[in-house]
Amino acid sequence: MKRVDGECTLTVNGVDHEVNGLHPGESLLDALRERCGLRGSKGACEEGECGSCTVLVDGEAVCSCLTLAASATGCSIVTVEGIGGSSRSDLQEAFLRAGAVQCGFCTPGLIVAAEALLRRAPEPSVDDVREGLAGNLCRCTGYGRIVQAVLETSEERRNGR
Amino acid sequence: MSSTVGSSRRRLGNVPVLIPESLEELRDASSAPEVVFLGGGTDLMVAVNHRSQRIESDSTVISLARVPELRSWSHDPVSGELSIGGGVTWAQLERAPFVELAPALAQAARTVGSPQIRSAGTIAGNIATASPAGDGLPVLLALDACVELVGPSGDRTLPLGELLIGPKRTALEPDEVISAVRFVCRTGWQGYAKIGTRNAMVISVAGVAVVLDGERRLARIALGSVGPTVLLAREASERLTEGFDWKDWFCEEAIIAEVGELAAAEARPIDDHRSTADYRRHGVRVLTTRLVRRGMART
Repeated sequence: MKRVDGECTLTVNGVDHEVNGLHPGESLLDALRERCGLRGSKGACEEGECGSCTVLVDGEAVCSCLTLAASATGCSIVTVEGIGGSSRSDLQEAFLRAGAVQCGFCTPGLIVAAEALLRRAPEPSVDDVREGLAGNLCRCTGYGRIVQAVLETSEERRNGR
Repeated sequence: MSSTVGSSRRRLGNVPVLIPESLEELRDASSAPEVVFLGGGTDLMVAVNHRSQRIESDSTVISLARVPELRSWSHDPVSGELSIGGGVTWAQLERAPFVELAPALAQAARTVGSPQIRSAGTIAGNIATASPAGDGLPVLLALDACVELVGPSGDRTLPLGELLIGPKRTALEPDEVISAVRFVCRTGWQGYAKIGTRNAMVISVAGVAVVLDGERRLARIALGSVGPTVLLAREASERLTEGFDWKDWFCEEAIIAEVGELAAAEARPIDDHRSTADYRRHGVRVLTTRLVRRGMART
């Protein structure tokens, strides 16, 4: 049985981060931002409503604010920094083209959630996209351009571009 | 890379986190004093983040995520019994094979939170949290589900209705874990519907599950968010059982209306920040009649 006593390894975007001094109940979000130095994932509601902290844990999109950091040891964690690597992914480019980014606070969570959606359902309908992104709040865009960016990326990928 | 940067919310002390990888290891781990079980985290971590629940320094957190027995399910085609491990997530329950085996549960699963919440949140968490608004609970109650519990002092099985004893209160001992929930799959029709302020991400204002068991010729109606626990609408269920034409799969409009009235009368709603008792009762009436009509049309 694994036992974590405030110290563990978090595997984020393929890199092992040794974290120590985890406080009781510390979320993966706090550990990512403040211990691993990965500040792409954002914290806002801390109750799973806004989705701005969305990351992939073993391929599943989850709210990192609701994931106990210690419980994620041994899992493969992907944050927005790992979606495109050193350049921007096709989805991120589509967000920029469509004007789906305004203040930008929700964008990292949306990129991760949309990427998870496209992996799960490569040809989503408009309703699929809206339902798939229902857990990500954006107060700027009204969502239209975000939905458009996801649909365009889906089409691009199908056309092999 | 090693970081010495502390969290802005660092607190003194260390609480061990145990990650058992089998049911036996879980049993061993549960004998520690002051255990805090962590399932998907979608309730516990909200409480921790908002300081409504503190993880005390003398406690031990036990993560249930890597116990294979909790993550699995089985279906016996002979008895028709479906056993769902406590750690099965809503994301799993909204897809095959549950869409076929337990359609109302799959419908309820799809209304839970967001995709992110459904990827993490589990069926056992829904039961253990015991919110009257838990979306899975009316369905499980209408299916006469039993809950299997494991603990250091032995295992036991309880009907769901006996486990849920009040708002956010259960008959679970502090060191017990829900290992599985099981029920017999029904033929006929079943459905779940709820009312809320949005089409997604909503805690229900009222929820209704209807099961029309064609083989046993038995109707079951259960209600959510309209009482201290989820409720079995006994009179409405009995009226529908006797009033439904099981042979021709049909129900008179007058009986449907009567069943709706009975269900509304059996609700025990309160006024709160989410809705009024009157509207909740109205919601039960509308959802019940709507579901029975859908059941009749098998849609």
